Amino acid sequence: MIDLDNVAYSYGGAELFSQVKLSLAAGSFHFLTGPSGAGKTTLLKLCYGELQATGGQVRLFGEDAATMDRDAVAIARRRIGVVHQDCQFLDHLPLTENIALPLTVSGREAEAEENLNDLMGWVGLRAQAKQYPPQLSGGERQRAALARAVIMSPDVIIADEPTGNVDWEMSQRLLTLLIELNKMGKTVLIATHDMNLIRAAKSQVTTRVLRLKDRRLMQAGVEL
Amino acid sequence: MIYFTRFIELVGGDPQADRAVPPTGFTARLTLFTAGAMAFLAVFALALSLATGRLADRWASELARTSTLRISAPVDQVDAQVRAALQVLETTPGVAAARALTPDEQRALLAPWFGPDLPVEDLPIPQLVEIIEDADGYDPTGLRARLQAEVPGAVLDDHTRWREPMIAAAGRLRSLGWIALILIAASTAAMITLAAQAALAANAQVIRVMRLVGARDIYIARAFVRRFTMRALTGAAIGTGAGMFAVWLLPSADVAGGFLTGLGYQGLHWLLPLFIPPLAAAVAFFATRAAALRTLREQS
Repeated sequence: MIDLDNVAYSYGGAELFSQVKLSLAAGSFHFLTGPSGAGKTTLLKLCYGELQATGGQVRLFGEDAATMDRDAVAIARRRIGVVHQDCQFLDHLPLTENIALPLTVSGREAEAEENLNDLMGWVGLRAQAKQYPPQLSGGERQRAALARAVIMSPDVIIADEPTGNVDWEMSQRLLTLLIELNKMGKTVLIATHDMNLIRAAKSQVTTRVLRLKDRRLMQAGVEL
Repeated sequence: MIYFTRFIELVGGDPQADRAVPPTGFTARLTLFTAGAMAFLAVFALALSLATGRLADRWASELARTSTLRISAPVDQVDAQVRAALQVLETTPGVAAARALTPDEQRALLAPWFGPDLPVEDLPIPQLVEIIEDADGYDPTGLRARLQAEVPGAVLDDHTRWREPMIAAAGRLRSLGWIALILIAASTAAMITLAAQAALAANAQVIRVMRLVGARDIYIARAFVRRFTMRALTGAAIGTGAGMFAVWLLPSADVAGGFLTGLGYQGLHWLLPLFIPPLAAAVAFFATRAAALRTLREQS
């Protein structure tokens, strides 16, 4: 699905990481962990084409990201559902329109009606359907972001600290949703430094835990 | 053709794309006002161009074929000199017709300065003779030499010294009108570009979200382009309407008969300002599209 081959990324002349090798195979479940500032978010952005690697090669669905034009990246991004820690929404649109936004921008608005009701029920937000993003709690926003990320039935789901702003109970709920998606064959990559979340996931699904530290990506240690 | 199709699609609109971008009051008002003010000015610039064009044509055609002979002589010699002058003119190659102006015609010429009841017969006013040239025209140097010999009080005015600078001035005014129209279009494009960039900057978060969910640049741009095009169209329609009304209120040339009173539209020329709103919309379409795509490229 997504492959990083000897990837490096530098910003302002300083190398953030290099020699990164990562292959997100179909149906795999990965955790990406590491200290703050190690470059986890940057690595995720490389995985969904928001940034270009300064070295090595990133392949999105078999295509070299460096040679893809902006339209091709946008279309590849429709196959990748992204959940951000800060859950960016369009605050002037009600929740249902925010969740349906990926379908809207792809010209598939017609599918929104049949998918939305089930999806809102799946993330437990039916009652909030007509509310606006600023009216939602942190947990509700995270679940809404997850619903938006999966409404296009993407092949890959990338989540950046999806449980960063929610309590443990909500973290478990979100993790359950992500594991359900993985069991449906979706590839999942989650960046987090919540070790409890990783342990909870490992007890339910086969995961690979990667650690970004000292500018290198490596398999996480036995502490997990 | 592609742009025309896109323009039609644009006017039709995409309600979903429109909803994704919240309206920004400041840029909306700026675009409406700019388009309205520029259209208002464009109506006047167009009127100026057309009026000076008509003026130049009229002067060229009316003055080119006529000349005036002015005979200044003691009152008891005027008739004899007029007869002698007419004889000379009748035998001059290139002169189609020549006739002395009647006292009524001379009085009418002086009426703007001295009023309608001037007793021209009793005043030592030069007698004017109107000369109409044929297609080939006459030789003014030769005619002057003959007149000097046979009608010593006659002065030939072939209008060249009037006509040429006036036609040149009218031509330059017409050019200035067209330059003003081009500058108005360029200023409109510049101001709408600035407004579009401000709107794009104000909606950076919206753009980020739309990109995140897979929106192509052209989809994001379209929401802004449509909005700015429609605002420019509306503003320009209002400005054009106001401008046409103001031009219509200008005094007519027939009533006042002066130089400036012909600065209006005549006949089918009244239809020309109606092209200003669609042209303003086209300017806004291309200016916003270029600004949006450039800004979206720079924001990534």
